[in-house]
Amino acid sequence: MAEPPPGRGPEGRGEGQSGLGLYVHWPFCLSKCPYCDFNSHVRETIEQARWRAALLRELEHWAAACESGAGPRRLASIFFGGGTPSLMDPGTVAALIDRARALWPHGPDLEITLEANPTSVEAGRFAALAEAGVNRVSLGVQSLDETALRFLGRRHSAAEALAAVALARRSFPRFSFDLIYARPGQSAEAWRDELGRALDEGPEHLSLYQLTIEENTPFHGAWRRGELQPLDEEAAADLFDETQQRLEAVGLPAYEISNHARPGAECRHNQLYWRYDDYLGVGPGAHGRLTLDGRKLATRQHRAPEAWLAAVEAEGHATRTRQPLDPVQRLDELLVMGLRTREGIARAAFRREAGAEPEALFSGRTLEQLQEAGYLALDAAGLRATAEGRRRLDAVLRHLAAGQRPAAEAAKAPA
Amino acid sequence: MTDLSHIRNFAIIAHIDHGKSTLADRMIQLCGGLTEREMKEQVLDSMELERERGITIKAQTVRLRYEARDGKVYTLNMIDTPGHVDFSYEVSRSMKACEGSILLVDASQGVEAQTLANVYLALEHDHEIIPVLNKIDLPAAEPLRIMEQIEEVIGLDTSDALMISAKTGKGVAEVLEAIVKRLPPPAGDAEAPLKALIVDSWYDSYLGVVTLIRVMDGRIKAGTKIRMLGTRAVHDVTEVGIFGPARKKVAELGPGELGYVISGVKDIADAKVGDTVTDERRPCDAPLSGFKPSIPVVFCGLFAADTAEYEDLRDSLGKLALNDSSFVFEPEVSPALGFGFRCGFLGMLHLEIVQERLEREFDLDLITTAPSVVYNIHLRNGAVEQLHNPSDMPDPTRIEFIEEPWIKATILVPDEFLGAVLKLCEEKRGIQQELTYAGSRAMVVYELPLNEVVFDFYDRLKSVTRGYASFDYHLIGYREGDLVKVSILVNNEPVDALSLIVHRNLAEPRGRALCAKLKELIPRQLFKIAIQAAIGGKVIARETVSALRKDVTAKCYGGDATRKRKLLEKQKAGKKRMRQFGNVEIPQSAFLAALKMDAN
Ligand SMILES: Nc1nc2c(ncn2[C@@H]2O[C@H](COP(=O)(O)OP(=O)(O)OP(=O)(O)O)[C@@H](O)[C@H]2O)c(=O)[nH]1
Ligand SMILES: C[S@@+](CC[C@H](N)C(=O)[O-])C[C@H]1O[C@@H](n2cnc3c(N)ncnc32)[C@H](O)[C@@H]1O
Ligand code: SF4
Ligand SMILES: [Mg+2]
Repeated sequence: MAEPPPGRGPEGRGEGQSGLGLYVHWPFCLSKCPYCDFNSHVRETIEQARWRAALLRELEHWAAACESGAGPRRLASIFFGGGTPSLMDPGTVAALIDRARALWPHGPDLEITLEANPTSVEAGRFAALAEAGVNRVSLGVQSLDETALRFLGRRHSAAEALAAVALARRSFPRFSFDLIYARPGQSAEAWRDELGRALDEGPEHLSLYQLTIEENTPFHGAWRRGELQPLDEEAAADLFDETQQRLEAVGLPAYEISNHARPGAECRHNQLYWRYDDYLGVGPGAHGRLTLDGRKLATRQHRAPEAWLAAVEAEGHATRTRQPLDPVQRLDELLVMGLRTREGIARAAFRREAGAEPEALFSGRTLEQLQEAGYLALDAAGLRATAEGRRRLDAVLRHLAAGQRPAAEAAKAPA
Repeated sequence: MTDLSHIRNFAIIAHIDHGKSTLADRMIQLCGGLTEREMKEQVLDSMELERERGITIKAQTVRLRYEARDGKVYTLNMIDTPGHVDFSYEVSRSMKACEGSILLVDASQGVEAQTLANVYLALEHDHEIIPVLNKIDLPAAEPLRIMEQIEEVIGLDTSDALMISAKTGKGVAEVLEAIVKRLPPPAGDAEAPLKALIVDSWYDSYLGVVTLIRVMDGRIKAGTKIRMLGTRAVHDVTEVGIFGPARKKVAELGPGELGYVISGVKDIADAKVGDTVTDERRPCDAPLSGFKPSIPVVFCGLFAADTAEYEDLRDSLGKLALNDSSFVFEPEVSPALGFGFRCGFLGMLHLEIVQERLEREFDLDLITTAPSVVYNIHLRNGAVEQLHNPSDMPDPTRIEFIEEPWIKATILVPDEFLGAVLKLCEEKRGIQQELTYAGSRAMVVYELPLNEVVFDFYDRLKSVTRGYASFDYHLIGYREGDLVKVSILVNNEPVDALSLIVHRNLAEPRGRALCAKLKELIPRQLFKIAIQAAIGGKVIARETVSALRKDVTAKCYGGDATRKRKLLEKQKAGKKRMRQFGNVEIPQSAFLAALKMDAN
């Protein structure tokens, strides 16, 4: 698979960042899927008006925090995630978008994504959501196989999901959908067929996640009890390789481990995470990264919906963590996020986050070994993981962490 | 204080897994020691490791209040003992605190190695023994045949033996009655000067040092100024009490009673197990005989992975040794690992348990070197060095000869397994001394090199005799041996902690087996891993672990930056422990498991 030529990609963005992201978390779902460890909860009733007011208030809070930093920022993206944000009152979505637009300068290319579950109920709201300003939807199709949808505890059929995809195509300028594969017992043929039907929809963006057994989920319990047998490493690796090759061939290369897009159709919001740019987190459990006067803050809001609501109503925000990150932590996060992408990490980002060139940050032959093994590539543009390296990224990251130089030493070392 | 005639002290003894702790559960229930809600299976196995492994490691004492059928209320002090041979020191200490034993025998399995060993211990202490057949609820139970076996093999009269199921509770009430009727009450004089035996002591993070004593004569209560006859330490008692099994303060402890004492003991070395406690103001004349010191047979080096934790390690070892007097340690310096301790254990399970307790209870990250016995290295220059650690073996050109420890082992085994036992002993370089028969059982005496015995001999013996062998041994001295060091290299780097000293004739097969075992134990990693065994510069075995194919988190969004960073931070903290060799992370389990493999 062709790697991008040196010089393309992140280096072009210079020392600064490409813009600010805004993430809004909606923590409710109609039911809880057995594989899901996201901050999502099932509630009988939701006081939409209170939630709207609180989300707006916390947005104002973070906007004020931004002001105290250096100069106005350009807003590049808004992302409504969940939970199931397609169940939000479209009026709330509209109010948040309007407010954000008023708070920050932005261009006509402002990306506004909303995660939607592909049931008919939610599809019925697409027009209103588009009207509110949403210009991209990401649909949680998960599978096109009825048995698999039941296994995954989904509330929609494959036909319903495809209808939602068709409606999304008509309602929004851009759309994407998610599939979960490498499911227990899934054969290569079955996945080939399912993926083929997904590609028939002609998406310009697809997220293809291998099933992960997350702690504290019903799937994890079933796995511990031996009732659920995940696909073994070899089979999962084969499926991954085949998927990568096929999507590359149809013009949807992976720009990140699990995300595929026609070049130019990448999700800018997620790219902002992987490039380790700043983003604000509004809503229960939302995380943020905010650089103020050269210091990068890691922020997180209260996870529990009711506690979050009460805190915002009382204090204007429900911030639980607001921790300045040291250069070592910033380097860790930069690597964790940046090496997931095909473009990799620009040298400028290493200087910005860790204060040194990559060569100075690792001791001994750490980088050389990983390059010789064909897992990493280091050049004038920056550091990136090769396809082989990305497939084993967690192990590569552990190896890099073990080979990191102590911070003080790295700062002294000639770049 | 309880009237002597209303006290009964007893230990429950048996082979491993014959149901001692389960019987203890039932007796606690019958005597109302715990409510239904507080009760759980093997409630006395309170240590996390005991619960996980389903075995008893520490003996536990409980005082029960029993209303007998004669209408009188008795105080029973019950000690639940461990069955595994590595912890037999716990059993022998418990014996000194009691007048009788309940000998439990699994009615489906019959007499096994530790049944015999523990009966001998009880007889040595003049215990009255009540034989009890357990697990009669099992379809495979054959109580009558097992009773015959007990008479034949042990020579115990079984006409009064009881048949019970500790699991269902059937027959347990009769056990309590038999204890009251058949076991003698303790003797002692409440008016004589205080004389008590320290049976156990341990460190409790709330209470400090807690000491379990058996009072022989006199009384002890809060305010008593006590003196330890051995260490000469003097302290004021702040509290005395009992375990029922919950800790409960009492006014005083008198003759025949078992209970705990909390005093101002700060230095744990002051409360030595086996020492005699007396009243400083009115001391007793002579100390009690104490306990025979245990002889450690396996040694290994323990080092803190983070050198800054050296002091913590020393403190923790001290606290653990207080709780486990059969474990010894002394400081050691290793060129590769820095300051640490050379520790001695009663066997491999004991070693494993101590290592795990240190890691869990004291939150230490340890490096454990490969277990070894002690060799005498005679150098060409006339000097003699003691070698505890294979990695410190001097260059062969400097060595005149090496001596290794030998033992005399006595094995009792039913006829049908005799052939297998003889074969095993020959394979372990044994020299046969005696072979005699007693009924359908054979007794064989062998001289064996200790290093062939400590690592897997028990396991092998148990498997070739299906548990029907009793094994006992003592050291007889050092003898010259043709020994070589087998080194293990991982990606061409020697891993000292895995090197072995083996007889030259066994070196090659042992090296091959170890490489194969390591291949199983080392998980696939980023790079291909080459494992080699070598003697001197000569490679005798080689295995390869291929690189892993896929290891990546499928989805990673804004919030995951924090989660993934924290994972890396945790890993970096653990990395200081040096289990990394030539880019390879070797799990600690590999070091122990590698030694416990079959030689062939
Ligand atoms: N069927 C049956 N199982 C029993 C009985 N008594 C004990 N067991 C089982 O035997 C196993 C061992 O019981 P423990 O009480 O832990 O044995 P132990 O003698 O204390 O073992 P160690 O302390 O490790 O020597 C457990 O699984 C018990 O449930 C019984 O009467 N009947
Ligand atoms: C925020 S989640 C869910 C969005 C939306 N509520 C839905 O269910 O469609 C985003 C995506 O992560 C993926 N995902 C969630 N849990 C996963 C797991 N355990 N393994 C693999 N993918 C998972 C699913 O494809 C899901 O659509
Ligand atoms: S997968 Fe989506 S719908 Fe299912 S519980 Fe998670 S957030 Fe809710
Ligand atoms: Mg037990």
